[in-house]
Amino acid sequence: MTDLVAYGIAILALMVAAFAGWHMYRNLDVGNPLFYAVSVLEIALLGLLIGSSIALGQTSRDVNGVLFISYLVTMVVIPPAAVLWGIAEKSRWGTGVVVVAMLTVAALSARLLGIWKGAYV
Amino acid sequence: MSERSDTSHGFGRVLVAVYAVFAIAASARSIYQLIAEVDVDTVVPYAMSAFSGVVYIAATCALATNHRRLAFLTIGIELVGVLTVGILTLVDSELFADQTVWSEFGRGYGFIPLVLPFAGLWWLMRTTEHTA
Repeated sequence: MTDLVAYGIAILALMVAAFAGWHMYRNLDVGNPLFYAVSVLEIALLGLLIGSSIALGQTSRDVNGVLFISYLVTMVVIPPAAVLWGIAEKSRWGTGVVVVAMLTVAALSARLLGIWKGAYV
Repeated sequence: MSERSDTSHGFGRVLVAVYAVFAIAASARSIYQLIAEVDVDTVVPYAMSAFSGVVYIAATCALATNHRRLAFLTIGIELVGVLTVGILTLVDSELFADQTVWSEFGRGYGFIPLVLPFAGLWWLMRTTEHTA
C-alpha cells in the first residue's frame, strides 16, 4: 500500500467518472463501453483488496485493521451496486449514478491511504 | 404511479445513490465508533452519528420506494440536524470531541451533507407538481 497504488486507483476511478460524465452529457444510458470501464476498475479494486490484505498481514505499521478492511470491502461492493442501480434507469441519470459511485471510490481511496498511514484513528 | 412522479426515477436515481452513500458512511462510522471505546467526552458525537445513520437509511429507503411523507420527514430532520450540529460544532467544539457526518456542516464530506437535504426537498416538491 503506497501513495502510488492509492492515487493510481483514485485516478482510475476519476477517469471512469469522467467517462461516465461524458455519457451523462450526451444523455446516454449505461452501455457496454461504460460497463467495461467499470469492470476494469472493479478488477483493480479486487486486486487492491487482496494485495492490501496481504500487506496488512505483513506490515509492522500500526494500522487500524478493521477500518482498513471495511474500507477495502466497501470499495469493492460500490461499482457493481452502482451498475445494478444505474442500469435500470434508461437515461442520463443512470450514468449519473455511476459518476457518483466513481467519485465515492476515489474519495475512499484517498481516505484508505490516510488509514494506512495512521492519519485517522 | 407514473414514472415522472416517482421519487426513485430520473434525477431521483442519482439522489438515492448519494443518499445510499451517506447512509453507509454515517452508519458505518457510528457502528465503528460504538465498537471502539465510548467515554464520557464522546457520548454526544457518537449518539449523533448513530442518529444521522438512521436518518440517512430511512431517507434512502423512502426515496427509493417513493414514500413521500417519510421522505419529507426524514429529509426535514436531516436538514435540522446538519444545521444544528453545524452551528454547535462551531459554537462549542467541546461538545463534539469526535467527528460526525454533520460536524462543521459536513466539511469532512465536502459539504455534501449540507447541500443534500436542499436537493432532496427540491426533488420532492418537483415530483409532487407532476403528480397533480
